[in-house]
Amino acid sequence: MMKTNNLILQTATKILLFVIVLFSIYMFFAGHYEPGGGFIGGLMTSGAIVLLLIAYDIKTVSKALPFDYKKVVGVGLLFATGTAAGGLLFGKPLLTHWFTYVDLPLLGKTSLHTAVLFDIGVYLVVIGTTMTIIQTIGESE
Amino acid sequence: MFEILLYIALFLITVAMFGLIYRVIKGPTTPDRVVALDALGITLVAVIAILSIILRTNAFLDIILLIGILAFIGTVAFSKYLEKGEVIENDSNL
Repeated sequence: MMKTNNLILQTATKILLFVIVLFSIYMFFAGHYEPGGGFIGGLMTSGAIVLLLIAYDIKTVSKALPFDYKKVVGVGLLFATGTAAGGLLFGKPLLTHWFTYVDLPLLGKTSLHTAVLFDIGVYLVVIGTTMTIIQTIGESE
Repeated sequence: MFEILLYIALFLITVAMFGLIYRVIKGPTTPDRVVALDALGITLVAVIAILSIILRTNAFLDIILLIGILAFIGTVAFSKYLEKGEVIENDSNL
């Protein structure tokens, strides 16, 4: 029997990966006013990495993305708890956040939130947890 | 008139979804079930598109993309399991 390879899947993945990651970044920044946010963005990014894992294998992907996903969870928690505790430094209650409106070039009137930093933490925690679970399932034989 | 056409299309897609659910439950072989699940995802996208025309909103367009991507990844994972027997390989060059 001929050895089957997945050339079509690998070639399609190389293009689709960037589309999915771009969509996840869009979902991340659409949050707070529209449906979206850190959780769904992290899930879409880990979906893109899962597609990479399906098309190639664990060895190739861990060479291309040399992250220890357990440490990604730690960095994400640091962001989230740091933003939550940041209000305490200024004598405000826990989880207080600020926002302001800025006129940026090209983008026009934009609102800048400290909630984005909290969302980055959620994003990293979701990616780290999902990829740790999936890699642990995939490695066990 | 256009609204009536949209409701008729919604009804027909719902009937198609019932046929696909029958195939997912009854399907004699696993590939039948996988193809039916993929087609269910596509009909779900169609239902959401028609609903967002009826409701005159563009809030659901992100969800169409999301369901499309998730259905694609799910179908790819099922297909690889059927073809190779495992979804995520440790080293494919062995």
